[in-house]
Amino acid sequence: MADVILEVKNLTKHFKTKRGLLHAVDGVSFTLERGKTLGLVGESGCGKSTTGRTILRLIEPTAGETIFEGTDVNKLNASQLRHARKDMQLIFQDPYSSLDPRKTVSQIIAEPLQANKIFKTKEEIEARVEELMATVGLAPRLFNTYPHELDGGRRQRIGIARALAMDPKFIICDEPVSALDVSIQAQILNLLKELQEERGLSYIFITHDLSVVNHFSDDIAVMYLGKIVEKAPSEELFANPVHPYTQALLSAIPVPEIGEKRERIIIKGEITSPINPPDECRFYKRCNYACDKCKSLPELQEIKPGHFVACHRIGEI
Amino acid sequence: MSEKDLVLDLKNLNVKFVTEDATVYAINGLNMELERGKAIGLVGETGAGKTTTALSLLRLVQSPPGVVECDKMEINGKDVLTMGIKDLESMRGKDISMIFQDPMTALNPVFTVGEQIAESVFLHENCTKEEANQRAIEMLELVGIPGERAGEYPHQFSGGMKQRVVIAIALACHPQLLIADEPTTALDVTIQAQVLDMMKNLREQYQTSLIMITHDLGIVAEICDEVAVMYAGTVVEKGTLEDVFNHTKHPYTEGLFNSLPNINDRKAKLTPIKGLMPDPSNLPEGCAFHPRCPYATEACKQPQHLRQISDTHYVVCDRYNEPDFHIEREEK
Repeated sequence: MADVILEVKNLTKHFKTKRGLLHAVDGVSFTLERGKTLGLVGESGCGKSTTGRTILRLIEPTAGETIFEGTDVNKLNASQLRHARKDMQLIFQDPYSSLDPRKTVSQIIAEPLQANKIFKTKEEIEARVEELMATVGLAPRLFNTYPHELDGGRRQRIGIARALAMDPKFIICDEPVSALDVSIQAQILNLLKELQEERGLSYIFITHDLSVVNHFSDDIAVMYLGKIVEKAPSEELFANPVHPYTQALLSAIPVPEIGEKRERIIIKGEITSPINPPDECRFYKRCNYACDKCKSLPELQEIKPGHFVACHRIGEI
Repeated sequence: MSEKDLVLDLKNLNVKFVTEDATVYAINGLNMELERGKAIGLVGETGAGKTTTALSLLRLVQSPPGVVECDKMEINGKDVLTMGIKDLESMRGKDISMIFQDPMTALNPVFTVGEQIAESVFLHENCTKEEANQRAIEMLELVGIPGERAGEYPHQFSGGMKQRVVIAIALACHPQLLIADEPTTALDVTIQAQVLDMMKNLREQYQTSLIMITHDLGIVAEICDEVAVMYAGTVVEKGTLEDVFNHTKHPYTEGLFNSLPNINDRKAKLTPIKGLMPDPSNLPEGCAFHPRCPYATEACKQPQHLRQISDTHYVVCDRYNEPDFHIEREEK
C-alpha cells in the first residue's frame, strides 16, 4: 500500500460573478504519495493556482474533500486549521511581491515562528532563522538586509526558508522559478530537490513550464479549464500523451536543439470562458478531433496502470 | 566583406548611463552585422543588455542619463547616429520597427486597434486616411484577426490577440529590419506556438530581416539562422545555429545550456552557473564572466580578444590561446 500523504477528492471551487458562475476548479481528484512530487501543469486561467490555494484553504472550496494525513482539512475549525497548516506550506510565484518590503530578511523568516509561538526567547528564534538561512544558501551577512537589496534568486530563497520554518511535510510550489533567469532557475530547482531528498518533503509543483515539470515531478496532471484532462507518471506522459490537449501542449515546447524537427500541433483559438461552461468536453471548441460524442463531459479513465485520460475518443485518434 | 548585403552594420557600440551615484556600463563594445533576409537571435539573461541594444538601434535610449557611442551604426545603408529628428521619425516604423515584450502595455488603451495600425501607415506611406484604414484591416487579417474587429479597443482582446496587433503595427509598413523583444514571453505555450508559427510565415513572405531578443534557446533554434550570446553588455559568442548549438565554444554559452532541463532526459542533473550576474556599474576586470567561469585562470583578468573559429563562428575567450583548451560540451 502506497503511503499517501494527501488525497484530494472532487475538489471544486466556483466563484459567483456578475455574468454567471465561474468554474475555476471543477471536480479535481488526485493523490500524492509521501516524498513524491506531483506536477500540476496548464496554461493561464486553467485553475492550477486556485487548486493549490483551495487545498490549503486560503480559498474556501465550494465542495470536495482534501484529506491530509487522514483528516479532511475542509472540516477543520479555525484553530485546528492553524495547527494543520504547520505541515502544509506554500512557496509563491513572485519573489518581488510576496515578501513584505518593510521587513528584513530575518524578520520575514521569523514571522511563522512567532505566529505559532514555537520558541520562547528571541535568541532561539534567531538561531532557528540562521539555521534556515544556511539551509537555503543565504549568507549570514544578509540577516538584516531588506528584500529590495536582493536579486530574484535570493528573494525566492527567502520565500523557501519561510516555508520551511515550521518544518512542513508538504509544500505547494506555485511557479517558484517562473520569474527567474535560467541560470538562477537551475539553482533553485536543485535546492528544492535537495531539500526533498533530505527531509522527505512532498511537493505539488504548479507550473506552465513543461520542461521544468518533466525534470522535477514524479507524476504530472494536465489541467484545462478547471479539470484534469490527463494524469500519468512523467515519463509515460511525455512518451505517450493521449489527450489531444496534452499532445498539442507537448508539441508546442520549443526545444533548444537544432535538427530536431518535430511535428507541431497548432491548436486553434484560445482558452474559452470558464463562466457557465456548457456540459461538453472543455476542450471541444479547440480540439482538432472533436465529434458529436464530445458534447458530453468525459470522465477520467485509467487506460494503463497510473495513466488517466478524460477523452471520449481514446483509441480512435 | 563589403559585397555582403547588410541590413544592419554595428561597430563598437557602447552605452552607459551616467547618474550621480554611479555610471552603469550597459553595452561594452558590441559588434553586430546582419545580412538581408536573415534572422539573428540575441540571447542572454536579464541585464545582459539585449533590450538596450535594440533601443540604441532605434535611438530610443533616453539621454540623459544614457550616452550612446559607436564607430558605426548603419541600418539599410543609412547612418543612424547622425540622423536628424525628421529622418529618424521616417526611419522608425518604416526601415526598422520593433515588437515590444509586453503586449498589455504596448498598446494605447484609448484608441481602437485599427487606428493604431493605420497611424503608422498614414505617417509613412503618403496615402489617405481611408487607404490607411483599409491597410489596417488587411494587416489584422494577415495576423489572423477578423478585419471587422478593427474598431475594437485593446482591452477587448486577449493577450495573444494583443500581441498579434502589436506585430501587425510593426509589420504594417513592411520594415526591412524587425526587432522582436521577447515577443512571446508573456504568452502561454500553445499561443506562443501560434505566434511563432505566424512570425515564421510572415518573414518568409516579406523577406524581413529579424533580430529576435529572447532568453529562450528553444525559440532561437526554431526561428533564427544565427545566434549571438550576450553577457554583461557584450557578445561573447556568435555564429550560425549549428556553430553555437553543436560546437559551443564559450563557457557562458555552455553554462546556459547546462542550466536548462533536458526534455529528453529527465534524470539529467541541472548544472547551474554559480554566482550572479555582475553589477554593471562595477564590472569585473578583463572577461566579465571570469568570477563565475569554471575554466577561469589569472589570464582571464586581462582584456579579452575576439577570436575567429571558422568563417561564421566567433568567440571572445582567451583560454583558446592554449592549443588544447576545450570546454566539456564541445566533446559531444
